[in-house]
Amino acid sequence: MRADLDIIQHWIEPGSRVLDLGCGDGSLLEYLKREKGVSELGLEIDERKIHACLEKGVNVIQQDLDKNLANFCDKSFDTVLLTQTLQAVSYPDVLIEEMLRIGHKVIVTFPNFGNWRSRVYLSLKGRMPVSNFMPYQWYDTPNIHFCTVKDFDALCRERQIRVMARTVVDHKHQGSWMIRQWPNLLGETAIYHLSR
Amino acid sequence: MPSSFPENSVGLVTPQCLHFDEPLVLRSGKRIASYDLMVETYGTLNAARSNAILVCHALSGDHHAAGYHKESDSKPGWWDNCIGPGKPIDTRKFFVVCLNNLGGCAGSTGPTSLNPETGTFYGPDFPVVTVRDWVNSQARLMDRLGIVQWAAVIGGSLGGMQVMRWSISYPERLRHAIMIAVAPKLSAQNIAFNEVARQSITADPHFHDGRYLEHGTYPKKGVMLARMVGHITYLSDSAMREKFGKASEELPSEAIKSNFGRDLRSGKLSFGLDVDFQVESYLHYQGERFSERFDANTYLLMTKALDYFDPTVDYDGDLAKAFEHSQCRFLLMSFSSDWRFPPERTREIVNALLKARKPVSYLEIDADQGHDAFLLPVPRYMQALSTYLARVSDEVNR
Repeated sequence: MRADLDIIQHWIEPGSRVLDLGCGDGSLLEYLKREKGVSELGLEIDERKIHACLEKGVNVIQQDLDKNLANFCDKSFDTVLLTQTLQAVSYPDVLIEEMLRIGHKVIVTFPNFGNWRSRVYLSLKGRMPVSNFMPYQWYDTPNIHFCTVKDFDALCRERQIRVMARTVVDHKHQGSWMIRQWPNLLGETAIYHLSR
Repeated sequence: MPSSFPENSVGLVTPQCLHFDEPLVLRSGKRIASYDLMVETYGTLNAARSNAILVCHALSGDHHAAGYHKESDSKPGWWDNCIGPGKPIDTRKFFVVCLNNLGGCAGSTGPTSLNPETGTFYGPDFPVVTVRDWVNSQARLMDRLGIVQWAAVIGGSLGGMQVMRWSISYPERLRHAIMIAVAPKLSAQNIAFNEVARQSITADPHFHDGRYLEHGTYPKKGVMLARMVGHITYLSDSAMREKFGKASEELPSEAIKSNFGRDLRSGKLSFGLDVDFQVESYLHYQGERFSERFDANTYLLMTKALDYFDPTVDYDGDLAKAFEHSQCRFLLMSFSSDWRFPPERTREIVNALLKARKPVSYLEIDADQGHDAFLLPVPRYMQALSTYLARVSDEVNR
């Protein structure tokens, strides 16, 4: 399991209702279903990934996150997840508001663009960072809304979103004391537990 | 199995006619004192009797869903591409049951049967049957077969409506509900097309108020017209362009290439009222063939069953409320070019299930074939059904 997902699973109550937006191949939901007995639902648009969900017996609905989520009732899930997808949606702030409407709690993870590698890449090469972690060119990347930990903190403050927990980890998904000290500089993946 | 059938065919099959003596009270308040159901089964019921799948047919279908009745049959059952050993509804794993619904014309009691009370054909006196009545009769068939719970109930179009009714009326008697190309109820446009079909039948001078059998005749032209208009709604515009635009592909000019499926039947226009275009002769042919096998009164009944279907009538018009007691898991699939029951109609059901907090999966399949796609081997559709049912098999064949 991806290490950021390992951190997330501690925030999920056994037997709760979990909605995963952009659920990919459904591995996380499958794990949560098996280990925590959650009632799971994933949203996905990639045909192959939807098929992988069916293979795992994970409930999945073909739905585009960039269209609205109005078909989901207020507070109909205990937790709404968005892992490594925030940067790829058209209106990240609208989506987070929607998640907070649909779920009692929200978990968001995203790549931290404020990481020193990105900063060094950009400042030395003067070009948009390309790495194993973010392997796309600027013109073909699905990641259209990169942000930093500081940016996201600011959004939460502006929108009066409660940050219940924040963990920032490096590419090995370890959170050392150094990262805790300088999360926006050293952290590569930010993991937020939010509520209203 | 004779070698003349493909390896993944269920091969030769023999339908059975089961008689039911307990009267069936219908939604309309009328009752059928006793009735026959024509049934076909494929595969073997396991010891736990847990691997049975009910396949519900649509408007013009019947109990003959897979395999062949005789060696010389040119075509297998209507859903043969989906049912058989190694196919999505795998008969090595499942015991598959398919029946001709009440009011049908393929052997179950219907308008062409003799009314025991009068000694003549039921004809127009056969009571209007609804989806709910069919599902009630299917539950009796289930009891007769000694099945307590279906592993899955599967159907497309009008068949999918029966699946929906199953999940609402008999929540504990199915594990999975699989609905394909379905809508929660007909739209005004859907009903309008059905009414045109009905009018073409009843306006045929050979209809004789539905007593054509007693007159030794048949409203062939009317049934043909009904099927022709129905058939147009089953195909998409692009499917028709494709189907009837083949000749033009060989022509050099780009302008002629995009001839919108306007292939001519004989290469030139008649400048008269004869059939000019291939699409016309195709519709004539389809209508003609259909009218040879399908009863006019049954067609009227089936379209009425479609029009009347509304699972929300007992639930203040709220579909989510209708699903409140459902216990099964749901899989729904729609097709992008289906304009009879387009994806947004299927999503209405998905959304009601979400509101009712039921486990549901939904796929929107890219397919050009229109509503008809649910009967065709569209790869992603077949694959999804296969994968989903493989898991169902793991649950029930432990």
